[in-house]
Amino acid sequence: MIIFVVHVSRYAFMSQRILLSAKEIDIILHRLACQLQENHLDFKDTVLIGIQPRGIFLAERLDKILRESYKVKDVKLGSLDITFYRDDFRRGEKTLQANTTKIDFLVEDKKVVFIDDVLYTGRSIRAALTAIQSFGRPQEIELLTLIDRRFSRHLPIQPNYRGRQVDAINNERVTVLWKENDGEDAVYIVEKV
Amino acid sequence: MSTLSVDHLLGIKYLNKKDIDLIFETADHFKEVINRSIKKVPTLRDITIANIFFENSTRTKLSFELAEKRLSADVINFSASQSSVKKGETLIDTVNNILSMKVDMVVMRHPNPGAGIFLSKHVNASIVNAGDGAHEHPTQALLDSYSIRERLGDVGGKNVVIVGDILHSRVALSNIFALKLQKANVKVCGPKTLLPKYIESLGVEVETDLKKALEWCDVANMLRVQNERLDVSYFPTTREYTQQFGLNKKLLQALDKDIVVMHPGPINRGVEVTSDVADSGQSIILEQVENGVAIRMAVIYLLASKIK
Repeated sequence: MIIFVVHVSRYAFMSQRILLSAKEIDIILHRLACQLQENHLDFKDTVLIGIQPRGIFLAERLDKILRESYKVKDVKLGSLDITFYRDDFRRGEKTLQANTTKIDFLVEDKKVVFIDDVLYTGRSIRAALTAIQSFGRPQEIELLTLIDRRFSRHLPIQPNYRGRQVDAINNERVTVLWKENDGEDAVYIVEKV
Repeated sequence: MSTLSVDHLLGIKYLNKKDIDLIFETADHFKEVINRSIKKVPTLRDITIANIFFENSTRTKLSFELAEKRLSADVINFSASQSSVKKGETLIDTVNNILSMKVDMVVMRHPNPGAGIFLSKHVNASIVNAGDGAHEHPTQALLDSYSIRERLGDVGGKNVVIVGDILHSRVALSNIFALKLQKANVKVCGPKTLLPKYIESLGVEVETDLKKALEWCDVANMLRVQNERLDVSYFPTTREYTQQFGLNKKLLQALDKDIVVMHPGPINRGVEVTSDVADSGQSIILEQVENGVAIRMAVIYLLASKIK
């Protein structure tokens, strides 16, 4: 279903431009991994949490780079679904459908890093901040995001690590594609029709 | 489509296969939620739910109430025994009085078949049927199928026998609808007097020999003997019923496979099932209760998301 939507938006409507290519994404991911390691060293007290549904791909990539390129042995990676914590329940036409939450380690007293592909209004992260409390009281929480859409925040939330800052206007959508899910690594800016 | 095809849960009869899949998928997520250290999500904090019970119930009411509270809904409870129903108020008046206090959803158990359907046509709220006479008990059937799916991986293609009082049982009827919708094979087993005459028209087979039924099935759902509904004698004695339709360890061990044993509760130990069967590893009776909360959370969540 997601692939279909992406397909339509990429080929049926003309107004889209590429923001990041596969090569650029790769370089950025390595930089983000370096920055994470600089702050967290051996990741002993750190857990990475991918925000469902689209943050998990980025989280898995970073996890892989940290293990393979930077020889970090013990990276703890989980996924957090925020559906039941969102503030727009009953406010749209569609029923909000949940995704899997998988956190099989303790977050109590840990340094948590939220990982999501695009930071836009900040509402998802607000929901994630509430949701993570059901699993314990983290020592601190940081936010890593591949794309930071500047000037479009509804809440006072900023990332600690950002891949690329974008000034996309409101009728544009930033689409992050991942090879393992969408067939290619790329970031597009698509004009909504 | 990621939304239910109905605005009320009145019976399994009104659902389609996609609805059931959606409810189960959603329940998977809620099952994970209720196993956290903090078992509550804030989703329904602006929804108020009235539990209206015109008939006694302990576990269904508890299960619904817990599900509502886990979703952060506001809950009010109403039982007929302590209400103005005794003073002659009609059902619509009673419910409309409750709704005028700004209630969004009504969970109702009622002794009359079709009470929920009637109400859904006359009042402005989402209705969940928590049992209407001998008609339907949809959340029980959903949690039964969900428990089978959890234990056996899938409901489709499985052989399920429902044993006991099929005639008076809303659990049996809802289960038959739910199981058929998911393409399971269903047999009913019990004394001839407690099997409805035209039950085959629902696509189920009748088997009066429990041993044969057990040899055929993957799952045996043992219904409670509802003494309170048996106005005349349908079988000579409870002891004779147990001899013919009670499940004991000897019967289970005589089978060449491990079947799954279910019971909607409350159990009459030593009547429908013996204690060693009810407490054995083949019994999923307590899983059914746990899943009941997750299923009811899913149903309430999905219905509430349609309230505008």
